[in-house]
Amino acid sequence: MIDKGFASIDQAVADIFDGASVMVGGFGTAGMPDELIDALIARNVGELTIISNNAGNGETGLAALIKAGRVRKVICSFPRQADSHHFDARYRAGEIELELVPQGNLAARIQAAGAGLGAIFTPTGFGTLLAEGKETRRIDGKDYVLEYPIHADFALIKAQRADRWGNLVYRKTARNFGPIMAMAAKTAIAQVAEIVPLGSLDPEAIVTPGIFVQRVVQVAPGAAH
Amino acid sequence: MNRLNREQLAARVARDIPEGAYVNLGIGLPTMVANFLPVDREIFLQSENGLLGMGPAPEPGQEDPELINAGKQPVTLLAGGAFFHHADSFAMMRGGHIDICVLGAFQVSTRGDLANWHTGEPGAIPAVGGAMDLAIGAKQTFVMMELLTKQGASKLVERCTYPLTGLACVSRVYTDLAVFDLGPDGATVVEMVDGLTIEKLRELTGLPLALAAPRG
Repeated sequence: MIDKGFASIDQAVADIFDGASVMVGGFGTAGMPDELIDALIARNVGELTIISNNAGNGETGLAALIKAGRVRKVICSFPRQADSHHFDARYRAGEIELELVPQGNLAARIQAAGAGLGAIFTPTGFGTLLAEGKETRRIDGKDYVLEYPIHADFALIKAQRADRWGNLVYRKTARNFGPIMAMAAKTAIAQVAEIVPLGSLDPEAIVTPGIFVQRVVQVAPGAAH
Repeated sequence: MNRLNREQLAARVARDIPEGAYVNLGIGLPTMVANFLPVDREIFLQSENGLLGMGPAPEPGQEDPELINAGKQPVTLLAGGAFFHHADSFAMMRGGHIDICVLGAFQVSTRGDLANWHTGEPGAIPAVGGAMDLAIGAKQTFVMMELLTKQGASKLVERCTYPLTGLACVSRVYTDLAVFDLGPDGATVVEMVDGLTIEKLRELTGLPLALAAPRG
């Protein structure tokens, strides 16, 4: 019997290693897998490359991971926010490398990795600082920039419900990067509010099919919030 | 002259958004446009973080931390609204499905280049978010801004000095003093506030502005 459910959140992240690339879902705090990150912080691995839309908000989730000094590089679209002080401090101290990617290119590059594409041509960023030095091509009279996929060893995402095969449904705008990060990582780990019996998720409404998800772990609804 | 305040400017932009339009309103001043959309028009507001059919802010106490807008403020979903993931959200922009986006700006050039993401100041931590995708993706990109900086410099310029967000992407600029159409031939003044003349506007901007033929 296939059961992707993990009884312990610590076990679910037990093989994340020093220097790993880790995608972290969430847009601000919506969809941020706080409990998975807390378990990762407890593991004491470092030198991580984090792929996420932001670079941490406030004191929880990705902000806490950065505060703990575990992150070497952040690939994101919008690091600078009113409450991104832990990133700001590490960045200004020269302790974190930043690769800034326009948000849609971030999504497209993650999706390209999950879809097995070698690269994409995107119009976003053409003629700007963020495309400097990159290959370009004019296609049907329009200019594009060559961008490469972003792969990761792990993805940590938050969904609402899962079954033991790893099928996922999300809640409201907490969905954001979850579905594409699950596709792009070698090991996708989803924390969910509820693991439901196989067959009880409406197959017409499943957002992420279980093929993209390797591990699910249930966290107490409302825990740490 | 009757300079428009922020509410009047938002109301002016709202007037030009037609029934049935799919619209993305940028963070900051553009977000205010939503408050002035006529209630008898069905307009679809898209938010980059994965919703269409975005409604107004919830009543106090009804906020849901998992139902937010691009500015990470709590919002509501209208009946008929939908959620989707980030790749779909940006496909809506890049794929030309969004009819209008409204953005703020540091500078706009008369040919429609936009600078709104980075001051380029040493020590500033750069952040771009969805600005570059929106600017070049929507069918029409509108900018709303005050025409002059606090120091009196025109933000409508011959050539942007701030780092660019997108090239030749802005078609119209709404400001507190005038509305401009932009294109390969430069800026055309479509509308001015009462008491302002084209000569005075040319002086304020330092630009060889054309004046659109009167409508009607």
